[in-house]
Amino acid sequence: MSATAAAPVKTLPEHHYLNATYGIRSWLLTVDHKRIALLYLVSVTFFFFIGGFFAMLIRLHLLTPSGYLLSADTYNRMFTMHGVAMIFFFLIPSIPAVLGNFFIPLMIGAKDLAFPKINLLSWYVYVVGAAFTLYSMVSGGLDTGWTFYTPLSTIYSNSAVAPAVVGVFITGFSSILTGLNFLVTIHTMRAPGMTWFRLPMFVWAHYATSIVMILGTPVIAITLALAGMERLFGLGFFNPAMGGDPILFQHLFWFYSHPAVYIMILPAMGVISELIPTFARKQLFGYHFVAAASLAIAVIGFLVWTHHMFLTGQSTYAALAFSFLTFLVAIPSAVKTFNWVATLYGGSISFDTPMLYAFGFLGLFLIGGLTGLFLGCLGTDIHIHDTYFVVAHFHYIMVGGAIMGYLGGLHFWWPKMTGRMYPEWLARIAALILFVGFNLTFFPQFLLGYLGMPRRYHVYPPEFQVYNVMSTAGASILAIGYLLPMIYLTWAAFFGKVAGDNPWPATGLEWKTQSPPLTENFEVTPIVTWEPYDFHNRPDLGLDAVASNGVAPAHGDD
Amino acid sequence: MSEQEHSEHIVPPSTYLAIILTLLVLTGTTVGAAFVNLGRFNIVVALAIATVKATLVVLFFMHAKYSPKRTKLIILAGIFWLALLLGMTLSDYITRVDYRGVRFPISQVTQQLPAQRG
Amino acid sequence: MHRTGELYGQFKTLEQQKETATLGMWIFLITEVMFFGGIMLAYALNRHFYYPAFAAGSNTLSLKLGGFNTVVLLASSFTMALAVWSSQVGKKTLISIFLLLTILLGFVFFGVKYVEYSQKFHHHLVPGKKFDIFYCVNNPASCPDVAADELMEESNLLDEAKAADPDLNAHAQLYYSAYFGMTGLHALHMVIGAGLLFWLLKGSLAGRFTPQWNTPVDIVGLYWHFVDIVWIYLFPLLYLIDRHK
Repeated sequence: MSATAAAPVKTLPEHHYLNATYGIRSWLLTVDHKRIALLYLVSVTFFFFIGGFFAMLIRLHLLTPSGYLLSADTYNRMFTMHGVAMIFFFLIPSIPAVLGNFFIPLMIGAKDLAFPKINLLSWYVYVVGAAFTLYSMVSGGLDTGWTFYTPLSTIYSNSAVAPAVVGVFITGFSSILTGLNFLVTIHTMRAPGMTWFRLPMFVWAHYATSIVMILGTPVIAITLALAGMERLFGLGFFNPAMGGDPILFQHLFWFYSHPAVYIMILPAMGVISELIPTFARKQLFGYHFVAAASLAIAVIGFLVWTHHMFLTGQSTYAALAFSFLTFLVAIPSAVKTFNWVATLYGGSISFDTPMLYAFGFLGLFLIGGLTGLFLGCLGTDIHIHDTYFVVAHFHYIMVGGAIMGYLGGLHFWWPKMTGRMYPEWLARIAALILFVGFNLTFFPQFLLGYLGMPRRYHVYPPEFQVYNVMSTAGASILAIGYLLPMIYLTWAAFFGKVAGDNPWPATGLEWKTQSPPLTENFEVTPIVTWEPYDFHNRPDLGLDAVASNGVAPAHGDD
Repeated sequence: MSEQEHSEHIVPPSTYLAIILTLLVLTGTTVGAAFVNLGRFNIVVALAIATVKATLVVLFFMHAKYSPKRTKLIILAGIFWLALLLGMTLSDYITRVDYRGVRFPISQVTQQLPAQRG
Repeated sequence: MHRTGELYGQFKTLEQQKETATLGMWIFLITEVMFFGGIMLAYALNRHFYYPAFAAGSNTLSLKLGGFNTVVLLASSFTMALAVWSSQVGKKTLISIFLLLTILLGFVFFGVKYVEYSQKFHHHLVPGKKFDIFYCVNNPASCPDVAADELMEESNLLDEAKAADPDLNAHAQLYYSAYFGMTGLHALHMVIGAGLLFWLLKGSLAGRFTPQWNTPVDIVGLYWHFVDIVWIYLFPLLYLIDRHK
């Protein structure tokens, strides 16, 4: 069974979830969490490229100070639809609905999620929401900013706000259903011996994420419902002309949308917590603390939302409290980061592609997180509020953090999902291109923002052009960095070298079954008798040297 | 996992009857209380009675009293997060002082500024 | 196959299956709490800002209809609880009877709600351009369902409120936004609940629910009771503001 002892020519297992049944019906009506994960993979990738297309237009437009490419109105639509596509339809479902869906049951030794039909329903709900939003995009677009601030969105905007609001509202339920499914699954479906403190960190991260989805998403649902009814039927809660309060919309919106950032980053942290022990051949340092930090981020993440509203005229006293609470988020984040670094210390590190993404994540998350503190500070926020500093900050978290984690996870688990290996050197080069392209795109934006270039403007003073040109150049490199993995991963799924059950080798339960797994995941329900990330007491991994002297052999190139 | 099932507890109809009668009496009480001028405490009384009613429904009709600890934890978490949403948002409004030093609530002030609303 | 209470493939035991379903429903109800929480927040703030308008708005509602509906809904919760009890002790006929009663009470609620809503439409009390809180006072002929003395009372009340809040008409719309938003969402949940009850009734008439397997009755019951709880709060918040005048 173990990978290192495999014969020279490996073959795929005879039966697995991909060849269990054939035909379009077997995919569209599947209740297999693995197939649903692939459905999600296709749909979120579609939205990623839509969002990426808008991003490219934005960057091209900003090449010159006067902006020759798009009109001001079109520019507003571009950045709005970039945000909506990326946040609601790519980042939020990406890791949970693709990797989480696929691997949580495998990692805890279950045959499926607790509610397989609800899982399928969640995908259909996503598709319906996506259809509304796409309709909004093609029927005039949306120009309110992804935040849908009132009264612009409810009264003044003449773009297609209503279908977009309906789309995002509907997609929220997909998120709720996914979170509900995960929570119940993790509570009730664990295999014998899979105690809470033997759960992989990926599962802990998704537990925390699900809490946020469950408690936050309904609030955005009601908020958008009220805003939508205000636009369509004239309700008045957010309309100042009737005595309503637009700030209330912002409160309700950010009550979800700030924690939504943690929906994006927590699963990525979960992925990184899997990658680092695996490629350092070392037990995760401070398991309990990393798990607790995930929960702490989920909880504290709910207490900080008005830091998006420091300059809206909210109470100074409330701002003080929220600023303080914002700084508190740094503590569990730092706990995680230090624990990852401590895991690396003394490890036998190999630089396989997933690990390159993990390193990328560490660096970029560090920069993104620390600049968040600048923004959480009441004084500096006055200066850099609504500038490109903010744009750079959240792209470091969402792109540098969440997407790095997502791609790292995709590479790490691709052999398990498809049974085949991607071309290693090409993948390493792509990871490098991505890292360089990312920094070239977004680091200049920190400088731009600090110098005072406001976000969402379609023109800028000529002295900012150098940085904008750098940023656009970086975006082009970044685009290559995203296209490459999409091409070679697709290629590898069909023509890659057969990977074997556990190519890395890694310690998780998902690696104990065949690649690709059976429809029912395991031939017999596994019984867990080992601690997580324990490379020492796992003779089945084929790492004899680890067991004897605690030093792993250097990795050979695959 | 398995210890949950032993807690399946069948509540007799007599208990349900007692609860529904209490709920009806409380409904009468809350209507009656609304016709007494208690000043700002009218809302406090109304919400207190509603909370008692809701608690009875949760504990008995929904069997929370006989449910595993985990269910109780979920209920408490829900109440806690609702309190966060309401309490922390209100913490902004009730401590707000606008740029002219006018304390919130400012319903009169907003009416004097129609021109600025654009 | 699932209707007969067999074990789903992903579970090991029936107990695990039931536990999972119940847990799922409770977690779903928490999302509902947060969902209603958002509109409660909007209500709370606006009531705080525009108390005279909210008090005036509340006094234009019919306490009789609202109170009657409260009793109806509480009674339906009671019959639902009894339906769950019948399924636990295996009285198959009783399950159907109590489910039917619950449905009937639900429809009584809808009927009363319909009467209330259509009154508000006729009285121009729906937020929007036509909204006019003085409509009945100024056009008594168009409001034949309001008695003369009630109208007199309402007129005094509204004048008083107008004195306290010159922008009464705008702010009363906020009250009615809350009224229609909250009761509308509640009614939507009732409609879904009624659909679920019909589904249960179909199952119980086929004799599917036994003491060993009654999970659907149990979890739909949880949902129905939750909808009841929402109304328990909506009733005093919407109907009982400043009634003592």
